[in-house]
Amino acid sequence: MDVMYFAWVRERVGLPKEKVETSAATVAELIEELKSREDRYAAAFADLSALRVALDQELSDFDAPLEGVREVAFFPPMTGG
Amino acid sequence: MKIVVQEAPFDFGAEAQAFSDAAKGAGAVVTFTGVVREADAGAMAVMEIEHYPGMTEKALEKIAAEAMTRWSLTDALVIHRHGRLVPGDQIMMVATAARHRVAAFEAAEYLMDYLKSRAPFWKKEILDDGAAAWVDAKDEDEDALSRW
Repeated sequence: MDVMYFAWVRERVGLPKEKVETSAATVAELIEELKSREDRYAAAFADLSALRVALDQELSDFDAPLEGVREVAFFPPMTGG
Repeated sequence: MKIVVQEAPFDFGAEAQAFSDAAKGAGAVVTFTGVVREADAGAMAVMEIEHYPGMTEKALEKIAAEAMTRWSLTDALVIHRHGRLVPGDQIMMVATAARHRVAAFEAAEYLMDYLKSRAPFWKKEILDDGAAAWVDAKDEDEDALSRW
């Protein structure tokens, strides 16, 4: 699946988008997988209360299932307007 | 209903006039424009606005469609810019048209409240000395949603 990062999450991870092969069942499991890869992911996902997730461009939750999901995006709370 | 996400500036006067001209059957048109203000501390040189192409348009369409239904609007317009802006630049505008003014005002406030916290935009302030900081979401912006 495509995993996307925005704002300071993108800066900490060091890239805007990547393909990830995963068997994670939920967003939370995917985050644990990413965190165990490298320090930059651990830094980006250190505080989940400061993060939001979208699945296929709809806001979702960390306990949401990933089955059938093509695009996961992580970003801080939005500041539009 | 029209949703526009663009990097280029928009002509607020022309957009407001065109929206009003097209608002047949409406007795009230309300417009709001957001302008880049100076940062609280130090002199802000640039505001960079990042967004999530695709999700941004979907989120704005959902928010505007909800406002259309809830206040029986005859029309709604959202324009939001991204990219590099400087203090004084217009960032975004909303316009609402309804038969009566209370609905038009309330719907405009609803659009503003929701697009601040539910549309995937992120602001970064860059000061004159080059220091940069992402703008934190405010608790009161999230709290503002509870009144709807």
